[in-house]
Amino acid sequence: MPATLTPPQLEPRRVIDTPRDADNGAGGRPPVDKRTGGNGDDGGDDFERAAAGRRGPRERLATARIGLAFSLFGILLIFVGLVSAFLVTKSSYHVDAYDRVINSWLPTALPTILWLNTAVLFISSVTAELARRAMFHEQSIMDEWFGLGKPTSKRATVWLAVTLVFGMLFLVGQWVAWLQLQMQRVYYASNSSGHFFYLITAAHALHLFIGTALLIGALAVLRSSKQFATRQIWVDTTVWYWHAMGVLWVALFVLLDFFQ
Amino acid sequence: MNPRLTTENSKLRTEPAPRFTHHRTLGLAYLALSTIALLAGTALSLLMRLHLAWPAWSLPLHGLILPEEYLGLVTLHGTLMLFFVLTIAPQWGFGNLLVPAQIGASSMAFPRWNRAALILFATALSTLLASPFVPGGSAISGWTAYPPLSAITIAGPGQAGGMDLWLAAIAFFALASLVAAVNMLATIITMRCPGMAWHRLPLTVWGWFTAALLSIPAFSVLLAALLMLFSDRHLHTSFFLPATEVVNGLVLHSPGDGSPLLWLHLFWFFGHPEVYIAVLPGIGLTSMVLANFARRRVFAYRIMIAVTLLIGLLGILVWGHHMFVAGLSPFAGSTFAISTMAIALPASAEVLSWLATVWGSKPRLTTPMLFALGFVSLFVAGGLTGPILAQPILDQYLHNTMFVVAHFHLIMAMAGVFGLYLATYYWFPLLAGRMLNDGLGRVHFYATLLGAYATFLPMHLAGLAGEPRHYAQLTGVAGPAGTLLKNLLPLQRHITYAAIFLAAAQLPFVWNLVRTLSGPRTASANPWAATTMEWAPAPVTPPEAAASSHFAVPCVYVGPCEYSPDGNSFHPQWEPLTKVLPKE
Repeated sequence: MPATLTPPQLEPRRVIDTPRDADNGAGGRPPVDKRTGGNGDDGGDDFERAAAGRRGPRERLATARIGLAFSLFGILLIFVGLVSAFLVTKSSYHVDAYDRVINSWLPTALPTILWLNTAVLFISSVTAELARRAMFHEQSIMDEWFGLGKPTSKRATVWLAVTLVFGMLFLVGQWVAWLQLQMQRVYYASNSSGHFFYLITAAHALHLFIGTALLIGALAVLRSSKQFATRQIWVDTTVWYWHAMGVLWVALFVLLDFFQ
Repeated sequence: MNPRLTTENSKLRTEPAPRFTHHRTLGLAYLALSTIALLAGTALSLLMRLHLAWPAWSLPLHGLILPEEYLGLVTLHGTLMLFFVLTIAPQWGFGNLLVPAQIGASSMAFPRWNRAALILFATALSTLLASPFVPGGSAISGWTAYPPLSAITIAGPGQAGGMDLWLAAIAFFALASLVAAVNMLATIITMRCPGMAWHRLPLTVWGWFTAALLSIPAFSVLLAALLMLFSDRHLHTSFFLPATEVVNGLVLHSPGDGSPLLWLHLFWFFGHPEVYIAVLPGIGLTSMVLANFARRRVFAYRIMIAVTLLIGLLGILVWGHHMFVAGLSPFAGSTFAISTMAIALPASAEVLSWLATVWGSKPRLTTPMLFALGFVSLFVAGGLTGPILAQPILDQYLHNTMFVVAHFHLIMAMAGVFGLYLATYYWFPLLAGRMLNDGLGRVHFYATLLGAYATFLPMHLAGLAGEPRHYAQLTGVAGPAGTLLKNLLPLQRHITYAAIFLAAAQLPFVWNLVRTLSGPRTASANPWAATTMEWAPAPVTPPEAAASSHFAVPCVYVGPCEYSPDGNSFHPQWEPLTKVLPKE
């Protein structure tokens, strides 16, 4: 008999994985599925225990958040790529005809308006968080369930609108910073340091621009969608995206200001 | 919280998906894109081979193939094959077709994002295929687009419009991959059916999962690099351009201290994981198919899961081995050499598992099984040259020779293509309701295996003899180099004949497809007696009942690959553990 390297498992281990498996074969009535799909059910957020679509009111939200987390990971890596290029270029040099080692990096002095922009972005994150928390305010959710208007959406709309205004202010502020630098004759193409300042701030501004588009989208959904879960998802993911871009900005700002 | 929301939720899940977002439709569309790219890429490779063997041969309706046109062929062939065939088809084509079925889900997590990714992929492909038709022709800097040649429009005929279209195509591709990867990861994490714990996921799903996990950092960093290259080309920056350089007789000055090496780092940080993205789904599928036809469990199943993830992790740590001759610091070279040789450990573990799984079994040598064995063979043959090229000293000599071409064509291209054929033959009953003809499949397999080895094994010899790659024409060189290359010309001719044979060997497959698709739907529900969820019989409950009943959802009770000792009976994942497997 040939050697068998994979002896078959004679007795498959009996792991009771679902309530259905709890039938021990002793007869009696079939088990009654008492799950309501609420968060109190065993399993809860455990994606393996209940069927897709029956994991409670937060299921779609959880899925959207996972998608968002991976997207943010990707965005983070774009900036990791840019920042590592920044650090490498800053310390690189060439040797000229007289054998002199030349590092032609000319540090860019940042316009002070960036501090103001940072403060504006911080405030916008606070207002965004207020909008997000409004969507999870339990009493308002119950009111809404009883049919007493849309109190969650009302409050969230106000805070999201404020966030949108502050976000646009930040973008305008970045624009002003670029204009100020250009008045000092620091252009995108003038020096490696300028390359990276403009490229990194522009790439970040593009992501914030997408963020404002998401905010507008969330406001539209708050107005039009009859699904509470949909409204909650839009506000929640938009706000988490907004926070992430805020944290990212702080990191980039520290890099650009102190590591030139 | 609010129970009403629950019912809303389940309603949402069971509503018919909007048009053209269903994962099977999209999966077939991804495969269609890949087929277009495969046909174009194969035609281009044959032109390259004909030109290398007979440089004076003139292409009908076109004339002689000029050196810049040859480089254009190299660039387009590489870009089409690597991006549009080996990435899209296994990962997104078969991934969409099979992932929801294998994890017991009714759809992907974000169907509309899935459609957006497909549209972006299609845009990328049409942009790339348009590039040969702009003035100057397609880009000539290879699929790796090294600056400064890719950053300067006067560097060559295709480096103006053609290169811009190449950049745009790859940017679309990177965006599409990110969207598709997020969708794939969210699907595998959240859409698994009850009982489908992580350790019960088939290794194919682990392959797709790891590849998607790799896609996100890889393509994000590529996007950043593309942004910088675009700036260098059009906005007068010098991210990748040194302070002074001479291009085509012109002295060019740039501000700052940019470096082409920077692009190499960023590009290969993407490029190396990319080749694992191409081959990981095939690795997973090979494990499962070998186990199924040997009627054995996969040897060391959980270790294989870890090994798959380890290959992914090491895959993002080894990019520097592409840069040994590019001016990398010797210390960095040593580091990358060690991390690269470390990949031999998980790769050998895979091979050992495959061998141990089939060892002493009496496998049914069906066409899918043959292609799985072919995958193992090519993986070993191509993989063995990996540790050789991982040594900076040896790479110094071999890097720019045909040896490297042989290495990556065996391990990535041929193994990847065998993975695709394996997937096609194995899942055809599921996708089309028909079995592909086994006899024709055997002819296809043996001819393709013979063609693959006949084409790519001699390239090792050519490379060892010193024949450089990337050169349009190797005849008419004076001196000892000319003698060397002249002596290699018969070998080149042999490789070209073999390549033509390899292309012709695909005709039985085409004939098999046409014949089978025009025949009746005769395949049974589970013709391979497989254990994974995609072969589960369709639920008998109508969709309305399925929406209301807790008992209509698919459920998983055991891990994959549970077979009785004699292999005659098996326990599929969807069957409850009521009957006990016979003891002997």
